[in-house]
Amino acid sequence: MKMLNVALPKGRLGEKVYAMFEKAGYECPSIKENNRKLIFENKEKGVRYFWVKPSDVAIYVERGAADIGVAGKDILLEYQPDVYEILDLNIGKCSMAVAGKKGFVDDRNKTLRVATKFTNIAKKHYASQGRDIDIIHLNGSIEIAPILGLSDVIVDIVETGTTLKENDLEVVEKFVPISARLIANKANFKFKSAIIEDVKAKLFEQTENL
Amino acid sequence: MENFYDVLTYDEKIAFALRSLYANSGYSKYRMSKFEEYDLYVKNKDFLVSGNVITFTDTDGRLMALKPDVTLSIIKNSKDNPNELMKVYYNENVYRVSKGTHSFKEIMQAGVECLGRVDDKVVASVLELAKSSLDKVSSSYALEISHMGIVEEVLNACGFDKSEKKEIVIALGEKNEQAIRQLCKNKGIDEKLTNVVAKLVTVYGDCDSVLAELDCFALNEECKKEIDSLQAVLGMLNDKSNVIIDFSVVNDMSYYNGISFKGFVEGVPSSVLSGGQYDKLMAKMGRKSGAIGFAVYLDELERSEEL
Repeated sequence: MKMLNVALPKGRLGEKVYAMFEKAGYECPSIKENNRKLIFENKEKGVRYFWVKPSDVAIYVERGAADIGVAGKDILLEYQPDVYEILDLNIGKCSMAVAGKKGFVDDRNKTLRVATKFTNIAKKHYASQGRDIDIIHLNGSIEIAPILGLSDVIVDIVETGTTLKENDLEVVEKFVPISARLIANKANFKFKSAIIEDVKAKLFEQTENL
Repeated sequence: MENFYDVLTYDEKIAFALRSLYANSGYSKYRMSKFEEYDLYVKNKDFLVSGNVITFTDTDGRLMALKPDVTLSIIKNSKDNPNELMKVYYNENVYRVSKGTHSFKEIMQAGVECLGRVDDKVVASVLELAKSSLDKVSSSYALEISHMGIVEEVLNACGFDKSEKKEIVIALGEKNEQAIRQLCKNKGIDEKLTNVVAKLVTVYGDCDSVLAELDCFALNEECKKEIDSLQAVLGMLNDKSNVIIDFSVVNDMSYYNGISFKGFVEGVPSSVLSGGQYDKLMAKMGRKSGAIGFAVYLDELERSEEL
């Protein structure tokens, strides 16, 4: 039988997602064993799970190494992978937001310096407003950029806003809601559509009851 | 004669197999020059798969381009004759930006174009040829057919404007039903009509099962006309196995009308064949005749031999 390959994002979100797959009837008990393995199979159910870095899920799916996977909308917006986005799982909810130092007012006389991990999203957002910006690409600890004067604002995902508050920052505007999405490879979908539709339907039931 | 077959690589063998298939199906070989004036591509930038083109200045000062696409050149160099049918095939290299490396790449492409008096029978024969092309590549394949006319008329019936239609088409290409419902909600479209639009995503599958459900899209006379044209074409297919109808195969509505299709073979992660009717592009280029064609991306097949 053909296996369904599922790429799951490593971390808390991935564990939540796996729990949903388990509830959907696609369990794989060996995944709960505490070891460093990254690939887990349940031959009976015809599924194979693997843990990958959250930002890589879309690549595994786009290139067909995984048939389906779960990725945040932020990643999909940033990399624009050529995949089907078949279901909003309604978990891992947060927003893409602009944040600045408390009391920040945008001086439109100057080029706005924006620090972010999400350069494409930030560029698109400000292009739609016709705002001239300078992008500073950082890979982490974005919050300290305005404090150190490296940038005027940051564009990042905001969940509760606690990290911002603790660093004396505040949200200027939230502009895209983010959540985890079930994505599928366009070619593999043709050859495994029955099982993928079944997974989708059973996960959808669970999102309804959240 | 010496036997050269063994030294050919897999994609070369496929290329020759396709050439012989097209030649035996009544298509004549079309050979074109390597370069084309850049002007041609600027005017039709959105038609190209990627907007970037390699340009250089010719000795007489004209800005030239290494061709990123074959279809535009064929249209430009053909006579406009709506009463006759011109059937050509090509096997050419094109130059495009590859998504992974963000640098230019040479891509070998084979394909066919029919220009002129394109009726349902011609469309059906091109679909059959696309099927045979996929069959040459792999026994496990799927030809996915959509109809831009149906998609467009359903969206028109809902009163979407041009930019909204574009957003819906993007969501449709992603099979993102929830996004489509949200867009309908933003527009204030009632539930009944929203369900019809959402069906563009959910109604897909083998020919016969989809044909039975097509009536749900018949919102007005225009929609009905497009549905009839799809039914007429599919009715002419001799063999409907491996054919899937799926409206998520979307092409730019400002160039394409009617039938659109993509081909997939098992084991290759993206489409290996892509085509459709592009009467609107013909009209933009000042032609009165219709057209349909498809291309096979041979570079995608390099690895499929191992499967």
